[in-house]
Amino acid sequence: MSAKNRSFVDHIWEFFCSLKLAIITLILLAVTSIIGTVIQQGKPAQEYIQEYGESTYKLFLALDFVDMYHSWWFLTLLNVFAINLICCSIKRLPRILKLVREPNRVAEDGLYRTLSNFEEIVTSASLQDVSRKAQEYVTKNFGKPDVTEQDGKVYLFAQKTAWARFGVYVTHISILIIFVGAIMGNVWGYKAYVNVVEGTSTDEVWPRSGKEPIKLGFEVRCDRFAVEYYPGSTRPKEFTSDLVVLENGQEILKKTIEVNDPLSYKGITFYQSSYGQMGDAQFIFKVTERETGTTKEVRARRGEMISLPGGGGFRVVDFTEQFQNFGAAARIEVVPELDHDHKPGEKHASFVVLKAFPEFDSRRGGKYIFSLQDFKQKYYTGLQVAKDPGVWVVWLGCFLMVVGSMSAFFLSHRRVWLTIQPVDDKTGIKVGASAHRNQPAFEIYFDEFKKNLKTELSE
Amino acid sequence: MSTNILLYKITLLLYFASTVLYLIDVIGRRTETGKIGRWILVGGLVTHCATVATRYVATGHTPVVNLHESLSFFALAIVAIFLIFDFRYRLTILGAFSCPLALIMMIIGAAATTPSPTINPALESWWFPVHVLLAFTGDAVFAVAAIAGVMYLMQERMLKSKRFSALYYRMPSLDILDSINYKCLTFGFPLMTMGIISGAIWAHSAWGGYWRWDPKETWALITWFIYAALLHARLSVGWRGRRAAILAIVGFLCVLFTFLGVNFLLSDLHSFRTMQGG
Repeated sequence: MSAKNRSFVDHIWEFFCSLKLAIITLILLAVTSIIGTVIQQGKPAQEYIQEYGESTYKLFLALDFVDMYHSWWFLTLLNVFAINLICCSIKRLPRILKLVREPNRVAEDGLYRTLSNFEEIVTSASLQDVSRKAQEYVTKNFGKPDVTEQDGKVYLFAQKTAWARFGVYVTHISILIIFVGAIMGNVWGYKAYVNVVEGTSTDEVWPRSGKEPIKLGFEVRCDRFAVEYYPGSTRPKEFTSDLVVLENGQEILKKTIEVNDPLSYKGITFYQSSYGQMGDAQFIFKVTERETGTTKEVRARRGEMISLPGGGGFRVVDFTEQFQNFGAAARIEVVPELDHDHKPGEKHASFVVLKAFPEFDSRRGGKYIFSLQDFKQKYYTGLQVAKDPGVWVVWLGCFLMVVGSMSAFFLSHRRVWLTIQPVDDKTGIKVGASAHRNQPAFEIYFDEFKKNLKTELSE
Repeated sequence: MSTNILLYKITLLLYFASTVLYLIDVIGRRTETGKIGRWILVGGLVTHCATVATRYVATGHTPVVNLHESLSFFALAIVAIFLIFDFRYRLTILGAFSCPLALIMMIIGAAATTPSPTINPALESWWFPVHVLLAFTGDAVFAVAAIAGVMYLMQERMLKSKRFSALYYRMPSLDILDSINYKCLTFGFPLMTMGIISGAIWAHSAWGGYWRWDPKETWALITWFIYAALLHARLSVGWRGRRAAILAIVGFLCVLFTFLGVNFLLSDLHSFRTMQGG
């Protein structure tokens, strides 16, 4: 029974250690990931029903296709991937550790036969001479060798960048570290948003999923919002918000945030993400009566009828911050006499006043001359709010992944063995070497190495 | 913008000339034309760099925000990576495959010119040039791997059927093609990894999330999975030659889909429309 159990456990262990599993998991992850790029993720139910129909949507729901990257089966795949990584490392790491820490310092013929870089030299010099010269040569041209004397033979062994063997494991562990960071972010962090109107503050934010707001534990106030447009268009070039962090009414931190430059406080980060207009703009006009030349400053909101000296009135019917290439412009409708009978559907002359050209309206030749002095539009700033205590763990993982994969690919563990032994009345030298990466380059190096060794010994 | 368009056209002509010369060399077996083709290609690379530089000066942003600019940048990366490989291996035939690829991208790019685009504020970051440079260089290395893969399969087919075309005599040995496959992998994979990571750092600073499973990210990850599979198959299971060549081609098709397919068939943050803030 116990033997049977043992073989079952062995099977499981072998299954999770196998490279085939790793390759199959990678390909399965690649193939299944496609689903989520074809079917949009996390949309409201109506959108799916509209696009695919009710029955297909039910199928999607059953298979978790509408949120597949968080589905049980995708997470299972990721778990298999992680377990596979751990098992592979546990299985192979001790062997590599032994290889690096307790290398085979005594090379016998069996080892030399496995090496593609191998050479035999025979010289008439004495064993002691050859041994001394060989040690000097290896120290100078490769690295200080370990010397073992045994049964009348002298064995030399030297190695370089042995730790390059760990690059692969660093890369593998880095993936696990990234997973841990991602899980930390999911468990202890959140993603939320909040809109803050200029001049107001908030102490809670709204999570992307869920209806209850999250308390921040402090307040965030938006003092000012500004947006800059590309010339002649309504496309924003840059937008910024002046944010202030308040705790118990005390200003703690001030920062102007913009896209790509967020504000962080107590592990919570505020990102500039969107903006919008809040309520109607207030306009300040200078109105001059042409006949009398009297000038008056008036304030108006959109659609509000404002009376003017001389019995007339006007209202702002439209406004844009970017009128063709001319900047801010208001469309104004003027009523000659305010108290006349206003018939429904009656139209009055309307015209455009440009903020950038205050003198322009005098050429229109109407009863009043308007110039737009200023406008005040209140904005709200749209902030993405993220708390992610795992993000530094993720960055650590990423750093290790770059370092690990670079050393795995570009650093090579190189080893050199020499065996010096008496051959009849002469001295024989066997020299062999191996590199675990970039063998062609090492072959060239070894050819040079053995050639110089020969000349060195024959001197 | 006019200087940059003029330079673009000169580059296109130079690429065209070297493509023709490379093809004459390979099909007509005239080695001297290939040598001229190489020098013209180097000239093309220089004017191409000047094109990108002038465009950077003219627009004030890293010029990889729309289809025209991205294709041009990808072509530049392919030519540069090919020349590096050519320096090492002296493979005219690789030129006969890479040059037309770059030329096609330049021609499509020429058809897709857009007047000075406006860009989304999110692109105003130092991570943007870092991200595109790493991603496109990695992609170009994978392009070379795929070309070596195609040559491998063609040559193997000729060997099996014993019908040899003119190309056969100019092809490097299967061993060299296989070692190019591996070399490309060892350079392309870290580059791609860093490309994805730099994108994640940038996304984190712009939007507060390093990963959002948007289609472009996901496709980059899919491609990464494929190359990781190829890498393990090569290094540990011992896949060589044919199967490695096929996987390199599949991987590059994924790269192309990540680059173009996602933009045209799927919707996401990386689409050129969103980049222009529209």
